[in-house]
Amino acid sequence: MELPLLHLALVGTPNSGKTSLFNALTGSRQKVANYPGVTVERKEGFFVTPLGRQVSVVDLPGTYSLRGRSPDEEITRDFVLGKASGETVPDLVLCVADSTNLRLTIRLLLELKRTGRPMVLVLNMFDIAARRGITVDVERLAKELGLPVVTSIAVRKGGTADLLKLTDEISAKLAAEAEDNSWRALSVAELRATQREADRIIADCVSLPARPDTWTARIDAVVLHPVGGLVVLALILFVMFQAVFAWAQPAMDLLKSGFDMLGEFVQATLPDGLLQSFLQNGVIAGVGSVIVFLPQIILIFLFILLLEDFGYMARAAFLMDRIMGGAGLHGRAFIPLLSSFACAIPGIMATRVIDNKRDRLTTILIAPLMTCSARIPVYTLIISAFIPARDVWGFINLQGLVMFGLYAAGIVSALAVSFLIKFFMLRDYAPAPFMLELPDYKMPRLKSIVIGIYTRAKMFLVRAGTTIFSMMVLIWFLASFPQPPAGATEPAIDFSLAAIIGKALEPLLAPVGFNWQIAVALIPGMAAREVAVAALGTVYAIEGGKEAAEQIGQVLATKWSLATALSMLAWYIFAPQCASTLAVIRRETGSWAWMAVTFTYMLVLAYAASLVTYNVAVALGAG
Amino acid sequence: MTDTKDTRPHMPLGLAQRGYTGVIQQLSARQAGSALSDIELESRLIELGFVEGARVEVLHEGLVGRDPIAVRVDSITIAVRRREAMAIIVA
Ligand SMILES: Nc1nc2c(ncn2[C@@H]2O[C@H](COP(=O)(O)OP(=O)(O)OP(=O)(O)O)[C@@H](O)[C@H]2O)c(=O)[nH]1
Ligand SMILES: [Mg+2]
Repeated sequence: MELPLLHLALVGTPNSGKTSLFNALTGSRQKVANYPGVTVERKEGFFVTPLGRQVSVVDLPGTYSLRGRSPDEEITRDFVLGKASGETVPDLVLCVADSTNLRLTIRLLLELKRTGRPMVLVLNMFDIAARRGITVDVERLAKELGLPVVTSIAVRKGGTADLLKLTDEISAKLAAEAEDNSWRALSVAELRATQREADRIIADCVSLPARPDTWTARIDAVVLHPVGGLVVLALILFVMFQAVFAWAQPAMDLLKSGFDMLGEFVQATLPDGLLQSFLQNGVIAGVGSVIVFLPQIILIFLFILLLEDFGYMARAAFLMDRIMGGAGLHGRAFIPLLSSFACAIPGIMATRVIDNKRDRLTTILIAPLMTCSARIPVYTLIISAFIPARDVWGFINLQGLVMFGLYAAGIVSALAVSFLIKFFMLRDYAPAPFMLELPDYKMPRLKSIVIGIYTRAKMFLVRAGTTIFSMMVLIWFLASFPQPPAGATEPAIDFSLAAIIGKALEPLLAPVGFNWQIAVALIPGMAAREVAVAALGTVYAIEGGKEAAEQIGQVLATKWSLATALSMLAWYIFAPQCASTLAVIRRETGSWAWMAVTFTYMLVLAYAASLVTYNVAVALGAG
Repeated sequence: MTDTKDTRPHMPLGLAQRGYTGVIQQLSARQAGSALSDIELESRLIELGFVEGARVEVLHEGLVGRDPIAVRVDSITIAVRRREAMAIIVA
């Protein structure tokens, strides 16, 4: 007879290695990073024990208690208590502890025991504990707690062998053990008593050398220095954006010439006609012009992943707390905002760790203003076409400097919007507390960085192959049909649907300096920001006719005025050009209204910013 | 030496300077003026390990108003604002 599926749940304090353990057990690639609050959703995975038992394991957001103070903690509470609709209660709870820091986990475990679920304590990160000379009397701990205790090293091969073995032993005799659930929210006195009890047990079973992590102390002395720390933070961001420009260039050039060769090859081998035009103008000039930016996107992700794995994110939150406080947010909101540099979607999801409803909403509303990686192609294209690649003060790349300025503009406007929200809507509002664990630094793990980059790069390419590709097919079609009448002398595109649509919109966009080609690119650009680059590539390639092998950047430099280019940059700082972000905002706020608010305010800001930029630039003679 | 643990004056952690070390004597959320209710604040502090008898050390402070502070509580480091730290009475 086949045994029923065994249900495990991973519960524990934040940053104790639950997701690492989940990945090790199931072979998944869920996001792991060295700061509290990485996981904000429940994720299920499957594996088979050495003795052949089928197991389902659920990874949950970390929590200090079952009180469920924020949306992510509620997910954990509801799952453990079996309140989540349509979920089975776990057969066995794996309480995952960071072995270097048992106090909070043991207290949580004493609370979890009241739920009556069978439980195991997993002493994870045992390698770090051993290195620091922390010794744990595992047998005694198991006796004191009245449940099995096992050590594990989630990030090492074979580091979960003991846990697997134990799972087999326990599952054999599990069945009828379930006890009654006597859990209810603990009073302050009970909390205090459980913490006392936990401290007593730890004093009995664990010997701690008086040797805190000296590396962490040394690094923090610099990184958290009141002045030096902010300088380091600014420097990190600055180097990041310089690097995006300077370091990615060789790889981008390589990709670019690859696509050029492909285009020439298509032109040389295929007969003139629709198929040639589709491949050359639609696919290669369109989708290709987006894929060229892969190296930059990889670089920005590399930086963010390194910072996350090293343990810097929580420090950045600490440094930014008061500065964010001026804008009505607390430092905790800085982590979602920093993640939004990669993409606003995980950033918006990450706001689940913010317990205060208003703070969370404000953070969601401003997250799309942070410069996500999808803006990089647009920014880069325009910057490299219009800003000279000079060095200023000898070592700073001017193009990189402009890029840094655009990122800074995103941050500043996000804070400004947050400030306005606080000022006009939440006047009576006391600041929510900022309390955050600062984890010890860890050496970033090559494997997790590689996996992280691989998944993001794949996502980008899949998007290029699906969303962007289908938009390009549409644009190519609109720009190619109807075909010009025989004997027409104007460029063929002037007769197309795209030109008709673009020219209809032109009066609306003329005040901000956009021509009809830009209008055509902006509409499909609502699906995803990069589409605008691809669309411009296609529109100008079709318009350009035979000389279309030219680079899109060079084309822009001849067709746009500097004022138009600057106006376009300003537009992209603000414009709500991403359908998926809007969908996530709807889901996370549970309201169409907030999605509409986001869309409208960003559109208004974009138009206003472009209007000002364009007119100022024209007045200064850049028209 | 008069500076032993019993004779040191009690003070809120929220007023402590960088480098201060001491032991938590009691929690008194009423003193903090936090946006949280007294019970909620006290619960959260306990959940982060701030209980009577725990050793604390102020490791770092922020730039603006020397706020927030990074506090070593036994074996972990926690960042809190001074406002909330006012609820932690140390000596
Ligand atoms: N050396 C060592 N590092 C570990 C171990 N387990 C996890 N880590 C690291 O600890 C950090 C946190 O791991 P996660 O798996 O993200 O922790 P989590 O419990 O899922 O965190 P939240 O989702 O925020 O609650 C990461 O930097 C991991 O690489 C371990 O056994 N040994
Ligand atoms: Mg996790």
